Amino acid sequence: MTEFLQHLVNGLSVGTIYALIALGYTMVYGVLKLINFAHGDVYMVGAFMGFYLSHALGVDQNPSLGKAGLVFVGSMAICAALGVVIERFAYRPLRHRPRLTALITAIGVSFLLEYGFQLPAVVGASSGTPFPPGPTPRFFPEPFPRVDFEPLGVHISNYDIVSLLTAVALMFALQYIVYRTRFGTSMRAVSFDSSVAGLMGINVNRVIAWTFALGSALAAAAALLVAGSRPTINPLMGLLPGIKAFVAAVFGGIGNVPGAMVGGLVLGLAEEYVAGYALSSYRDGIAFAILILVLLFKPTGLFGAARAEKV
Amino acid sequence: MRSLRVGLRSVLPFLVGVPLFWLLNGQLPEYFEYGLMVALIDVILAVSLNVVNGFTGQFSLGHAGFMAVGAYTAAKITLAFRGVAFLGLSAALSDQVVFLLALVAGMITAALVGIVVGMPSLRLRGDYLAIVTLGFNEIIRVIIENTPFLGQATGLSGLPRRTNLVWVGAGAIATVVMARRLLGSTHGRALLAIREDEVAAEAMGVDTTGYKVRAFVIASAFAGLAGGLLVHLIQLCTPKSFTFIKSIEVVVMVVLGGMGSITGSVVAALGLRGAVEALREAQQYRMVMYSILLIILMLTRPTGIFGTRELWDWLPKFQLPGRRRADEGQHP
Amino acid sequence: MSTPVLDARKVTMQFGGLKALADFDLTLEKGELVGMIGPNGAGKTTAFNAITGVYPPTSGEVYVAGEKVNGHRPYQICMKGVARTFQNIRLFKELTALDNVRVACHHGRIAGFTSSFLRTRHFLDDEARITKRADEFLAVMGLTHRRNELAKSLPYGEQRRLEIARALASGPKLLCLDEPAAGMNASEKVALMELIRKIRDDFGLAILVIEHDMRVVMGVSERLVVLDHGVTISRGKPEQVRKDPKVIEAYLGDSYLEEKHIAVPPGGAK
Repeated sequence: MTEFLQHLVNGLSVGTIYALIALGYTMVYGVLKLINFAHGDVYMVGAFMGFYLSHALGVDQNPSLGKAGLVFVGSMAICAALGVVIERFAYRPLRHRPRLTALITAIGVSFLLEYGFQLPAVVGASSGTPFPPGPTPRFFPEPFPRVDFEPLGVHISNYDIVSLLTAVALMFALQYIVYRTRFGTSMRAVSFDSSVAGLMGINVNRVIAWTFALGSALAAAAALLVAGSRPTINPLMGLLPGIKAFVAAVFGGIGNVPGAMVGGLVLGLAEEYVAGYALSSYRDGIAFAILILVLLFKPTGLFGAARAEKV
Repeated sequence: MRSLRVGLRSVLPFLVGVPLFWLLNGQLPEYFEYGLMVALIDVILAVSLNVVNGFTGQFSLGHAGFMAVGAYTAAKITLAFRGVAFLGLSAALSDQVVFLLALVAGMITAALVGIVVGMPSLRLRGDYLAIVTLGFNEIIRVIIENTPFLGQATGLSGLPRRTNLVWVGAGAIATVVMARRLLGSTHGRALLAIREDEVAAEAMGVDTTGYKVRAFVIASAFAGLAGGLLVHLIQLCTPKSFTFIKSIEVVVMVVLGGMGSITGSVVAALGLRGAVEALREAQQYRMVMYSILLIILMLTRPTGIFGTRELWDWLPKFQLPGRRRADEGQHP
Repeated sequence: MSTPVLDARKVTMQFGGLKALADFDLTLEKGELVGMIGPNGAGKTTAFNAITGVYPPTSGEVYVAGEKVNGHRPYQICMKGVARTFQNIRLFKELTALDNVRVACHHGRIAGFTSSFLRTRHFLDDEARITKRADEFLAVMGLTHRRNELAKSLPYGEQRRLEIARALASGPKLLCLDEPAAGMNASEKVALMELIRKIRDDFGLAILVIEHDMRVVMGVSERLVVLDHGVTISRGKPEQVRKDPKVIEAYLGDSYLEEKHIAVPPGGAK
């Protein structure tokens, strides 16, 4: 029973992270019909921005809740800006081209971030915080001291609790934005038919830019929540979570916001339970197995809607 | 007599090309020859992927998975038959025979996996197909990493070095000839029709799903060939050589050269490998420059260097029948 | 009485809550020229899609030359003898005119996929035969001079003719033309009408035409079927149908009828 609960906790923990990242994929796909391959790397950038900000604010010497908050918000803001820049220069010019072109560009951006961050330092080479950071993993400073609890024999730390609560809060906030605000309605309108939405007076470019901003901010948040408890970060850390989050988005129905959240949680729990009770070394493969099953049996995902072609 | 002439024309490219590679074999500086062989393996990969992505317009992102299948099959066979001499044949000749069998077996298993992956996947369109093929690529890799028989994550080492310029050259010729002949045939036109307008193609009597699977299978088979050749060159067979990153690299070659252009794939494969080797010193910057190149290319010339044009469009003698452009004039 | 080329019985197409086509009946004998008319959204193209297998009918049956074809894939139905053109031209844009037509000849090939690599004699014979056949159909439609040009570079009228050439080359017993005169000027339409009649005479096909231009469809059809909102509201010879109040109402609305003091028979209102 304890084991079951432990897996539940771990699964929810990692699932909320997947969900946060998946939201970015799904929102961008919704408005642009593009799989933003670079999203996982924005997550990585979020972790590193947190790293730089923490050192700038001296978190490792004097950790405090205020500073942690600053780092959090600061990193999200920087990544939001990054998302907007990527969209503006790499994707917007290709909006009327076949989607394959944009997909390949996205791959290019992804590689650029991954390998760009592995380049030898240009600034601050001798300090503890060079930029670019290079391939070696860096230690992320603890924003607040770690406290472990063991209710009912289940290992859980204050980091887990904070992470869970923050993630859930962010998801609720996003849900509110998408379904209760004018911006959210605009976003959904653009995802149904961007040209008609434009004719109705919606500033499509701005909506898309803000969509990228939101998605990227959430990815940064996810990265920080993870970095707190898994102390090393490296330029390739976004690869695997990125793909898994993407699978979660597809599972929930790509383009569907609640679907991405559900998908993330389901994937996290599936990974935990299957790896825990059965084949632990197949953990990474579970995501792909789910992906293939979904695509072969219900490609539109749990909540997705099919788009028919008119003959 | 006609049959003989037809048969001869059928194998002509090999009669010309293979001796050429035979002569070059071992004559070039080792470093250059190694790079050339890797480049020719890339040619096999790019041209075979072009059949699916370029001719048929299906976006497959899992080519490396089929490479892996072919590679492991071939590796297991050469390892199993090492030192075995067939009746009446010298050890050296036996080795070559075993290698040939290994490569062919690799192609067959890759083709079979191609059927297994292709049949359900090819019902999906566009982005979804890309994701599924990527998924299969990774699943194949994960399965290999968890199978002791296949050496798991460390892989199979101690493979004999059987690949040489002749083998790779013959493989590359076979791939290019296959693609070109396909393109100039009614079957190739069926694939192109699917790319252009799948609904119309189906309405005109083309079994679109069947043909998509065929394209997929033939591409997988040649990817398997490339895999078998590669592992017997680097003498190591590990899953790290066959990740989706490799698949993406092949896609980049195809897109860079121009989807649908065989010439483009050849030039891009050779060119990219050449650029990678030339930038060897700036190793860290290599991938960054590669990615910037990719982005710029997509923004400025997304149809690739050659678009859908071929080298032989400018050489009337070698053209495929009926594919001439408007300025060629009347035809009775 | 020989087997009709087409026998559609009570074909219904339902998409979710929308009944695009309801109890559609149509029989065509060899050599018949039938027109299908009706306002936009009446279900005419849906009927085509049901006959050619693009969407399987929700209920009802379709027989082509006596064989039941509903539920079959479009390429199978094509091989049974049904060919079509599309409302929005669907040519293979990046292929030459010749290649466009040659694709339609593909299903008649003998040699298999791998024979293309080996260049067997069967394969080469196939290629020669296909090319010859394609050239013949290009000639029939007056497109020989465009043989090696890309389909996308052809002028509009020739693109439409190319689509017809392509459909003919697949060797159909039934040819379905979806608004073949769309976008043409008056003289082109006259030429098209003659062409359709000539095709029917020369090839002995049954032809089903969807058209909006009344002159074209009245001039070419031997009989008409009128659809509105998925329902067949009238059928018969062109002279009868054009006077049918239900048809007039469907096109011009009931205010026109009132103006002209035409009475609508009971059960005729929408």
